[in-house]
Amino acid sequence: MSLDLIQMVLATVLAAATPLVIAALGELVTERAGVLNLGVEGMMVCGAAIGFAAAVESGSTLVGALAGIGAGMALSALFGLLTVGLAANQVASGLALTILGLGLSGLVGAGYVGLKREPAPHLHLPVLSDLPGIGRLVFGQDGFVYAGIALAIGVSWFLWRTRGGLILRAIGDDHTATHSLGLSVRGVRFLAVLFGGACAGLAGAYLSLAYTPFWAPAMTAGRGWIALALVVFASWRPARVVGGAILFGGATVLQLHAQASGIGLPGQLLSALPYLATILALVLLSLGRRRGGSQAPAALGRDFTPHR
Amino acid sequence: MRLDLVPRGRRSALSAALSPALAFLAAVLVGGIAVALMGVSPAAAFTVYFVAPLSDLWSLQEIALKAAPLALIATGLAFCYRANLWNIGAEGQFVVGGLAGGIIAIATHGTEGATFWILPAMLLTGTLAGLAYAMIPALLRVKLGVSEILTSLMLVYVAELLLDYMARGPLRDPAGYNFPQSVTFDDAARLPYLMEGDTLHAGVLVALAAVLLAALVLGRSLFGFEMRLVGASPRAARFAGFGEARLTLMAFAISGGAAGLAGIVEVAGKIGQLQPTISPGYGFTAIIVAFLGRLSPVGILLAALVIAVTTIGGEAAQIDLRLPLDLTRAFQGLLLGLVLAADVFTRFKVRLVPGAAR
Repeated sequence: MSLDLIQMVLATVLAAATPLVIAALGELVTERAGVLNLGVEGMMVCGAAIGFAAAVESGSTLVGALAGIGAGMALSALFGLLTVGLAANQVASGLALTILGLGLSGLVGAGYVGLKREPAPHLHLPVLSDLPGIGRLVFGQDGFVYAGIALAIGVSWFLWRTRGGLILRAIGDDHTATHSLGLSVRGVRFLAVLFGGACAGLAGAYLSLAYTPFWAPAMTAGRGWIALALVVFASWRPARVVGGAILFGGATVLQLHAQASGIGLPGQLLSALPYLATILALVLLSLGRRRGGSQAPAALGRDFTPHR
Repeated sequence: MRLDLVPRGRRSALSAALSPALAFLAAVLVGGIAVALMGVSPAAAFTVYFVAPLSDLWSLQEIALKAAPLALIATGLAFCYRANLWNIGAEGQFVVGGLAGGIIAIATHGTEGATFWILPAMLLTGTLAGLAYAMIPALLRVKLGVSEILTSLMLVYVAELLLDYMARGPLRDPAGYNFPQSVTFDDAARLPYLMEGDTLHAGVLVALAAVLLAALVLGRSLFGFEMRLVGASPRAARFAGFGEARLTLMAFAISGGAAGLAGIVEVAGKIGQLQPTISPGYGFTAIIVAFLGRLSPVGILLAALVIAVTTIGGEAAQIDLRLPLDLTRAFQGLLLGLVLAADVFTRFKVRLVPGAAR
């Protein structure tokens, strides 16, 4: 009995962590290429709105997820054009993207407020999913969760085990030197930005298609920003992103349970916990980092205009 | 095909002034297409958004009331952004300023005798509270190297939740039938109206004075020069011996103080009590205003008026044309992007080279 309860709690933690993992992994690749895209929140919320709209219209969760990915990529392409193509300020462009995304998502989602869909189907394997204690946790999740895990492994493998990953990291550390070597700095950066957008869009689609599963205006509620903080917290390493996201997911679930059980603390304080925890995590990280120096890609946030 | 950016030798003042205007035109054009796609005549929408708000006294007052906090916050932010510091938490500093100043009004509610000191005390407290709240990300950045972008934004959510708690809990009017709001402030705790029986209050003058002061400081003082130099060339600033930590703290103090002042002006002027929410996102809109105004106080004043017009127009369009308010927000985001792009064209000649390798 208690084993099933633990399993249930762990499953909700995993569900809360999944959007953070997906969005943060995308942003990690973007930042490893040297581009800081602060528009994660905007891309994510657009992915949620457009993903939900497409799923309702087509009746297919898969189409919804793909539409969410497409929405994130379209917005990130605008951002890439601005910052990689035109060397505009990355911080300001990212903020513009967030504001634009929040507005666009409201426009698209307006006709879908109040609608509900069946949540994305969960995996069910005949014997394995019914194993007591771990069956549902390991073999009974929806496709997004497995996609998130595959993404973490894939990103890790790509960045450290392939030539492409080496080039991407080199460009993020020194765009002048890599440009001199004849590598396409702006081409790689643009692709990295697109990948980040696709992931943010998918993370948003997860929220509206599997996590809630409905659309509500501004439903991302700062998760895009928490994903950005996670990348810093994880020192730009995929495995640590997963660990950090599970910690944050745990904090979210804890807060929800505390709110439901009514333990005397004001609800607003509990709601503020994820944000306070983010600040605390960043502080603790920088305290620990003082010995090792900064882990950030050296060219992060600096614009690049090739001299010919 | 290859995209080349060739730096321009000289930046003409004319193109620098024209680029935001061109960006605005382009945004209006895209907005018009979007409106047409939604089945509304672009001409009718243009009238509601940009012409109608300017055509009667009531909405002109509303424009001034919306532009004042935007200009005030954006001017403060300009100090940060000029120095390449990214305070994006002005919304939180606004809320904390309004809350702290409002507490004084509630504590002195019903005071007999001398009450002349209440309003100045509220304005001062609001300013200092916003300043103190901005010191959190500033100190974390200076002392520990924590990104001010993320911490200042996270503190927005915390401030909003704090106000929500206070307005529903400790500060709620006990005789208010359980409505989540405080007592209505006494007249001594309200900014006076500039015109009898209207909505325009003295907060507009406070904002105007602050913007003019900022223009003088930024353009004519050594401190303003240091601020601009740190942003334009951090290396040169270090060689000149300008303390980066001190400037960071100063820039955050100015922007936080300005946002806090705007917060208490809104509470003591327009709202007149504390409610669970006191800002329709002024702190975020002000970021657009700051860039649209090219980070100069006079430009910001103009930009604040333009954005205020579109916001008032957006509210009218929601009623008259059934166009959602999110259209205004999307328009403002698009506008910021286009302003940033237009800025690139003033700094570089942008050339497409067909057929060249990337």
